[in-house]
Amino acid sequence: MEGLQTYKRKIGIFWWTKRLSHFRFISRELTSIAVAFIAIELLLLSKAIMNGEESYQAFVQSLTHPILIILNLIALGGILYHSITWFNLAPKAMVIKLGENKVPGFLIALGNYLGWIVISAIIVWSLL
Amino acid sequence: MKDLITLNVFRYQPEKSKEPTYQEYEIPYHKDWVILDALNYIKDQIDGSLTYRWSCRMGVCGSCGMMVNGKPVLTCATFLESYTPGPIRIEPLENFPVIRDLVIDMSDFLEKLKKVKPWIIRKDVGSEDREYLQTPSQLADYKQYSMCINCMLCYAACPVYGLEPEFIGPAALALAQRYNMDSRDEGKNQRMKALSHDTGIWQCTFVGDCSAVCPKNVDPAGAIQRYKVEGASNWWKTLLLPYASKD
Ligand code: SF4
Ligand code: FES
Repeated sequence: MEGLQTYKRKIGIFWWTKRLSHFRFISRELTSIAVAFIAIELLLLSKAIMNGEESYQAFVQSLTHPILIILNLIALGGILYHSITWFNLAPKAMVIKLGENKVPGFLIALGNYLGWIVISAIIVWSLL
Repeated sequence: MKDLITLNVFRYQPEKSKEPTYQEYEIPYHKDWVILDALNYIKDQIDGSLTYRWSCRMGVCGSCGMMVNGKPVLTCATFLESYTPGPIRIEPLENFPVIRDLVIDMSDFLEKLKKVKPWIIRKDVGSEDREYLQTPSQLADYKQYSMCINCMLCYAACPVYGLEPEFIGPAALALAQRYNMDSRDEGKNQRMKALSHDTGIWQCTFVGDCSAVCPKNVDPAGAIQRYKVEGASNWWKTLLLPYASKD
């Protein structure tokens, strides 16, 4: 409809505070900062390991600093929130049919959780 | 004394003012009234200049969508009772330009809808007079996506569409899936070409609100995620097997 005079509303930068669902979405997006934080920490850890025993010990020692413990706990919370909300969304993206019937959504989410647990268990086992 | 309830209604009358205003109407409260009944009361009894769209008043035509207290709803399917004691704020659907009062301009959606080719595409059309049979299970694969009434609530709920108006948006993508998943259709690759770029499926960040507000349980968010899975696996396929499955 060209030539039509319309009024366009603007979106403020705080649009995500107006609805709970939008707020939850933005908090999920923000947890990617936690993911980035852990990734950097892992990179620094690998660098410390490559530099030998001494630098590794020093790195581990620095991780015991209360601020870093708190930051890591916050990051853990963020990553758990991210993973759990993500796995719960998985059935939306994966619709699997067995013969004539759809596999119910909760089974697909369950499959993701099981995968998560198995992979975590393998990592823990290989570290022990 | 009769119970009253206040409606705070968004008004935009371009011939009067370039900026919108809010007008308060006090109307009788009836337990069995929906928001649309209240608007009709205003139009008939108080202020004939109030402009809005409606037709079927039974959740079928999709024309009565508005923001009620900030949430997109079909006003013919939303009771005053859910908002007592009021006041109730009524605004035109978000993310769309306003033509007048509660009437929005949805021509942008109509343009986008064309891009997803929402019709059955077949190579053999016209070649032969025959029926295209479909089993109940094949019908069930896409039926949900065919329930869309183009009410635009999902676009009003989608912050991505608000921020990036280029985004094709939830209902158009769900309608693309409606045809992709139809066993009689052969146009999947054509549609994928139109939708696998930035403004197609990938702009969706899975807020999920489109599915939450949809009055017909179309689940556009789910449709788009399924599209992404397929888009990504197609990309891998063309990367690994560049000469296979071209059409
Ligand atoms: S997908 Fe649902 S909310 Fe969106 S236009 Fe269709 S019926 Fe309305
Ligand atoms: S008036 Fe038709 S859907 Fe509400």
